[in-house]
Amino acid sequence: MCNKPAVVHDTHIIDGTKREIHLCAEHAAEHGFADIKHVSMASFTTKVGSAAVQSPSCPTCGTTVPQIRQSSLLGCPDCYDAFDKPIGRLIGQSQYGATHHVGRRPAGNDEDVSRRHETQRLMHELEAAVAAEQYERAAAIRDELAKRSRGEG
Amino acid sequence: MRSDRPPPLARTDVPDSDVVLSSRVRLARNLTGEPFAHRCDPDRSRSITAMLRGALLQGDLDENLSWIDLETASGHDKQLLVERHLISRHLAESTTPRGVAVADDETMSVMVNEEDHIRMSAIAAGLQPERCLRRLIRLDGELETRLNWAVHERWGYLCACPTNVGTGIRFSAMVHLPALRMTGEFAKVRQAAKDLHLAVRGYYGEGSETAGNFFQISNQRTLGVSEEELLDQFQRVLIPGVVRYERAARDVLMDRERLAVEDRVHRDLAQLRAARLLKADEAMRRLSSVRLGICLGLIDEIPLDTINALFLHTQSAHLRDRVGGTLSPADARAVRAELVRQMLSL
Ligand SMILES: [Zn+2]
Ligand SMILES: [Zn+2]
Repeated sequence: MCNKPAVVHDTHIIDGTKREIHLCAEHAAEHGFADIKHVSMASFTTKVGSAAVQSPSCPTCGTTVPQIRQSSLLGCPDCYDAFDKPIGRLIGQSQYGATHHVGRRPAGNDEDVSRRHETQRLMHELEAAVAAEQYERAAAIRDELAKRSRGEG
Repeated sequence: MRSDRPPPLARTDVPDSDVVLSSRVRLARNLTGEPFAHRCDPDRSRSITAMLRGALLQGDLDENLSWIDLETASGHDKQLLVERHLISRHLAESTTPRGVAVADDETMSVMVNEEDHIRMSAIAAGLQPERCLRRLIRLDGELETRLNWAVHERWGYLCACPTNVGTGIRFSAMVHLPALRMTGEFAKVRQAAKDLHLAVRGYYGEGSETAGNFFQISNQRTLGVSEEELLDQFQRVLIPGVVRYERAARDVLMDRERLAVEDRVHRDLAQLRAARLLKADEAMRRLSSVRLGICLGLIDEIPLDTINALFLHTQSAHLRDRVGGTLSPADARAVRAELVRQMLSL
């Protein structure tokens, strides 16, 4: 959430597990109560760091362990697989031992997913066309998007 | 942004409004094929913001949302949005391209490029999390037909912070617990909340953690439990438990210390009616006491929603808006006192 230096360092025992909490000044005030979100990532990142000779990084976004350690945030969705084991451990700790998602997922099959991908790409293009004042192009993309939302695309 | 309107949360004809001021549910979502918000360079953030703005303002959505660009918004407007709980302080203070889409009646807001690409929340007065959840699921369902959310086979909806994965949902309730504070039972609530995997925070931001005896209670767990299970626990078990506990403490106060309580709430009301200079924390403290007095039936000439609205309107950006200019701290105290006097006048 933030890159500010942590000023509050706290160790809590939650459900029998020891947890270190590091909060920046702003978040320490905001979270009057130990917030799991700020569980230190140091415990897992040190393990990852020492296992590999050089700092491992996400092949998609290039985020490295020290960067994750600093921000407590991952770089992109692919980081979840790139740092599979340690992140799985961290999630298990912060989620009271839960190991799998239960609940809603986006509807649809692979075909729907690739259609959404295309729609998302077109929407990006539309904004770019508008920003570049390419109005004819923007109108054409809008037509295409309208067609898709009517289920014709 | 208008500040003169009463907040939608001031309503009191809603479930459990004597203890629960408002319910809020939020969903975090991220786009596939993009870095998380904090890893985007300004160009990419701007392009994502524009794209999501387009998706949120499309006419075929059930929600009618208006866009506020936060890269260009004034500091004053941003603070108003924070005071009205439409954006987080984090989003207000961020410097990347970002924005927020807000429903006309301010009961829904969608933050773009906060910690996650999208954080949508729905808010309702009293204990009504189910209404909020239904609305969010409808919006999310509409958005997911055109956007590809990052979803993982095992971890569900992916978030920038790995501790939010799964449903990406957070239920929260803003509760008023003056009697538990007065009877010294509040520490037990904290402990119980911890045991039940709930977080307890002060509502009015930094440094005012216990101001007004308001607390925001929310779930920590987002993985391995469905939206519906979480709703059920939150609405039928967890928050009703807090409500019962606070009501029991209020009963104890009335049984054992009725005169002392009566003395205190009437003195606080008299102070508010007499003050010519009023600091924010003092206003909050005395209004909290008056709110308790109204709920206990000790004060009957002031409607509860007047007090609920005053909690909002006595904050600094709202006061600045009233006078239409800058306000020194001393002037703010005077304007605050005048507003309170006027709203509580006999
Ligand atoms: Zn922080
Ligand atoms: Zn990555």
